[in-house]
Amino acid sequence: MDRNQSHRQVATMKQSLFDQGYLDHEQFNQLEELQDDANPNFVEEVVTLYYRDSARLVHSIEQALEKSPIDFNKLDSYMHQFRGSSSSIGAKKVKAECSLFREYCRAGNGEGCMRTFQQVKKEYTALRKKLETFFQLARQAGPVDRARRPK
Amino acid sequence: MGASAQLQQQLSHIHNQHLLKVYEKQIGPKRAFFSVQAYRHWLSKAFVAWVLGTCCIALWIYNYMDEDSKLRRKELLESMCDQRARMLQDQFIVSVNHVHALAILVSSFHYFKNPSAIDQATFAEYTARTAFERPLLSGVAYAERVPNSEREEFERKHGWTIKTMQREASPIRDEYAPVILSQETVSYIQSIDMMSGEEDRDNILRARSTGTAVITGPFRLLGSHHLGVVLTFPVYKSKLPPSSTEQQRIEATAGYLGGAFDVESLVENLLGQLAGNQAILVNVYDVTNSSDPLIMYGHEDQAGDMSLVLESKLDFRDPFRRHKMVCRYHDDAPWNSSAIVTTILFSMTGILVGYILYGAGNHIVRIEDERNEMEELKSRAEAADVAKSQFLATVSHEIRTPMNGVLGMLALLLDTDLSSTQRDYAQTAQACGKALITLINEVLDRAKIEAGKLDLETVPFDLRSVVDDVLSLFSEKSRNKGIELAVFVSDNVPELVVGDPGRFRQVITNLVGNSVKFTERGHIFLRVHLEEHAKAVTDSKANISSTLNEEESDESMLLSGSQQSTTLSGSEAADEWDSWDTFKYFVAEEGFTMNGSSNGGTSYEEATGNVITLRVCVEDTGIGIPLTAQDRVFMPFMQADSSTSRTYGGTGIGLSISKCLVELMGGQIKFVSRPHVGSTFTFTAVLGRCEKNAVNKTEKKRNAEDLPSSFKGLKVVIVDAKPVRAAVTRYHLKRLGIVVEVASSVKVAANTLAPGVDLLKCRKSSQPDIVLVEKDTWFSGEERCSPVWPVDREQNGHISTQKLPKMILIATNISKSEVERAKEAGFEDTVIMKPLRASMVAACLQQVLGTGRKKSQGKGSSSYLQSLLCGKKILVVDDNRVNRRVAAGALKKFGANVECADSGKAALELLQIPHGFDACFMDIQMPEMDGFEATRRIRQMEKQANEQLEAEGSIAEEGKDGWHLPVLAMTADVIHATYDECVKSGMDGYVSKPFEEQNLYQAVAKFFQDKPISGS
Repeated sequence: MDRNQSHRQVATMKQSLFDQGYLDHEQFNQLEELQDDANPNFVEEVVTLYYRDSARLVHSIEQALEKSPIDFNKLDSYMHQFRGSSSSIGAKKVKAECSLFREYCRAGNGEGCMRTFQQVKKEYTALRKKLETFFQLARQAGPVDRARRPK
Repeated sequence: MGASAQLQQQLSHIHNQHLLKVYEKQIGPKRAFFSVQAYRHWLSKAFVAWVLGTCCIALWIYNYMDEDSKLRRKELLESMCDQRARMLQDQFIVSVNHVHALAILVSSFHYFKNPSAIDQATFAEYTARTAFERPLLSGVAYAERVPNSEREEFERKHGWTIKTMQREASPIRDEYAPVILSQETVSYIQSIDMMSGEEDRDNILRARSTGTAVITGPFRLLGSHHLGVVLTFPVYKSKLPPSSTEQQRIEATAGYLGGAFDVESLVENLLGQLAGNQAILVNVYDVTNSSDPLIMYGHEDQAGDMSLVLESKLDFRDPFRRHKMVCRYHDDAPWNSSAIVTTILFSMTGILVGYILYGAGNHIVRIEDERNEMEELKSRAEAADVAKSQFLATVSHEIRTPMNGVLGMLALLLDTDLSSTQRDYAQTAQACGKALITLINEVLDRAKIEAGKLDLETVPFDLRSVVDDVLSLFSEKSRNKGIELAVFVSDNVPELVVGDPGRFRQVITNLVGNSVKFTERGHIFLRVHLEEHAKAVTDSKANISSTLNEEESDESMLLSGSQQSTTLSGSEAADEWDSWDTFKYFVAEEGFTMNGSSNGGTSYEEATGNVITLRVCVEDTGIGIPLTAQDRVFMPFMQADSSTSRTYGGTGIGLSISKCLVELMGGQIKFVSRPHVGSTFTFTAVLGRCEKNAVNKTEKKRNAEDLPSSFKGLKVVIVDAKPVRAAVTRYHLKRLGIVVEVASSVKVAANTLAPGVDLLKCRKSSQPDIVLVEKDTWFSGEERCSPVWPVDREQNGHISTQKLPKMILIATNISKSEVERAKEAGFEDTVIMKPLRASMVAACLQQVLGTGRKKSQGKGSSSYLQSLLCGKKILVVDDNRVNRRVAAGALKKFGANVECADSGKAALELLQIPHGFDACFMDIQMPEMDGFEATRRIRQMEKQANEQLEAEGSIAEEGKDGWHLPVLAMTADVIHATYDECVKSGMDGYVSKPFEEQNLYQAVAKFFQDKPISGS
């Protein structure tokens, strides 16, 4: 019963992440589907990978932004990477901000880039916190007999 | 892909044409101004000119005609005048001749006889008796020449003195000419000296010198007061030779014979004898002195017609005197009535014609003015319409944005802790908001279409699954209402068509939605055919059964009376075209073509090329559309009547949108509806045919995979009394690859089964695996009391060895008790609920056929993917670690053996030939070397390797087509341009990132399909 309770909690949390737009429903579910007996912590693994990877990217971007003149091409390619990974784990809000960032990048608007990057970082950090909580909960709840996806 | 581009072009061309038509309708054809319009200000002037011209011509005509008559009148006068002149002349000359004769008489008897044989008495008598010969002469007299020397002797001899005209004794002169002989009528001039009168004296002198008759000028005669002339002849003493000189003649003169001509009475008499005397006036003048003509006859006053005066010369044989006759008409020339009438008629006609032309011109000008005005108004109205559409589009868009906010907030609100009342309120608000959004979307759609902003997609899609989707939308509703909802797609319709699936679905959804809304009992039947096929069938049907039709219609009338139509549910439908009579031709034809090829309808394909026209019918048995409202069904916001919207809700915009969409798709929408019987909406749409290349094949396969293929070869008997319904069921089963037989009742089915029971050898082929029984057929017949199969089962005694057919009920709705009864009769637990969909039927069959199958079929494409990818060695190239991990994870999940490379270069190293990879997933955007470049290099390497292999001649031995590694692009933006780029650089396809099962399957299936798994 207790396990059930915590499972429900996990589900509610996930749902709220979806509802608040942090995560892309489809994409995250896809990820979860890839998780099976052979790969029990696939999602967490990927997310961890994402954060490890993106921390490096964020650092690079910060550095690139401090430079003057700003190398927009470089920024764009960093951001492309960042956006790609975000998209892979379904980090919807981060992805949206990344897109905006790239728009500014292409327009050559350093000011906008700077501003958006703050926004990216904000979302990125917020999501990280949420996800950490989420995975903590999930670990407590233990593996789930996940319902089959209806045909 | 070239063919696909062409197809797209073709489709867009069709749509463009439609747009163009709409555009033309809005603008209206531009027309050149009529010439009258340009000269409108000249109209009245032209009219006046016309009238003047007509008058001129009329005058000319009058003159011409008048001239003619005048000429004739003149000629007449001329001839009359001449005639008179000649007669006068003749008469005169006759008289002169008589006087001449008298002169000769006097000379013969007075002078040549001695003594004189004539005295006064003889002369008087003779002249009196011959007076009839001289009717013109009032009298004649003879005067003797008496020189002054002989005067005394003469006076003595005669016993009287010579007197002057004034009757006085004559003064002494050189010579005298006293009258000695005279006619009695003029006896008063006896003894008067003729030489005493000036006129007479001149006359006498002239006469004796010329020897001819001479006349005096006119003067008043003594006796009468008539105008007259005196004629004088000389009388000679001796006979003179004709060539005698003047002197000789004067010498020989003995006397003078004279006579007075009464010219007036002469002419009077003469004219009296001639016709037309009253018509003309005649004057005779003596014009010896041309400057002072002396009148001899007629009045001097200018009476009569002075405009036409004619003269004729008169010759009275007097060499000194000249005379002329002047004639004129008594009356003025009469009016030439025919000329006048002609003229008036002509001018009236001319003016009338002119007026008509003028009026017509004016009319045209006015009409054109009005037309211009109308056009102006029309264009303004159209502009207003466009403005309205744009306004609608803008406003709905503007409303949508905040509405989305409201809805989102409501959704968030609903997630929070709410009391039940609050939750209820919020949910209501959300429901209302959603309804509003739906409405706004519809309005926006319509406005977009009107503003011409809606573009149709051209992508390949599976028509059958679209139709199935629509069906599933309404399955719940129809089941609740107890309506039978069915779909049938003709086998001739290709599986994949090119068009806009969203819009296509929208139209069908709208039509079916309406039908569901307005139907309370009976059925809704959605059918899709090829237009050409439908036409051919209706034609052939018309041909075949034209003779039978009358009898049949009588029959069907009776049948419909008893609610036994041959339609899907047995209820009567609005359009007779839809009854089984026609439908069986479709089914029959399809059955025929089915044998030929699985693609179906090849003959039509060839005929129609790349574009097909679909005919979609939605038939219902609802309340129908009132006749009065039928003509405004497709107008926006029009519903049959206000009560309709009260009862059924809705805005009435759906159909108008559907119409627009259908027209955009190059088709038409129409309907047949009979109140309280039902409506049938039919629309056509022009769609592209998906070309038959490799891509197509895989697409097809994928779609086939949508429906599990494990049922292939199953044999099913459908027991259904209604052929249409059976055809629908068969259609769905066929899609699953199931061999179908139809029986009209359980008994028939059992009979077909029976021989199979007897002949054990044939059993395997003829024994059905499943028997599907329509609930109505089962419960309506007497069979429900006597279950057939269980008995058979008992009798055979082969229960253990034989796989007995499973019996499944198909029902629209079923009650618990009925389920129980069916179970007793040997049916399976599972009841297939209508509306039928292939996937749903498949699920039910799986359930019935047991878990064994379920395992393999449980997850559709996943399992298939698993089978495809299991054991394959796949390279994933992506610079993004996270993406790489996810892609690898996804592929691993399906049993693939995944290796990763983090850049194009790394990938190239791994792919040095020979390598053991079966496929490569390549990210496109990578630093240093992007996916396109990497792929190009891979292809280059392969090419070299292949050439080498070819040189060694080892290709054939290996049974391979050389090296060709399938390279699939991984990309986040799945736009067409990217795809083209992929193909160009030698990639085989793409998967969208992040991975989706479907997408992945589509891409992968293409390559691993043909190669058996054992290949590596």
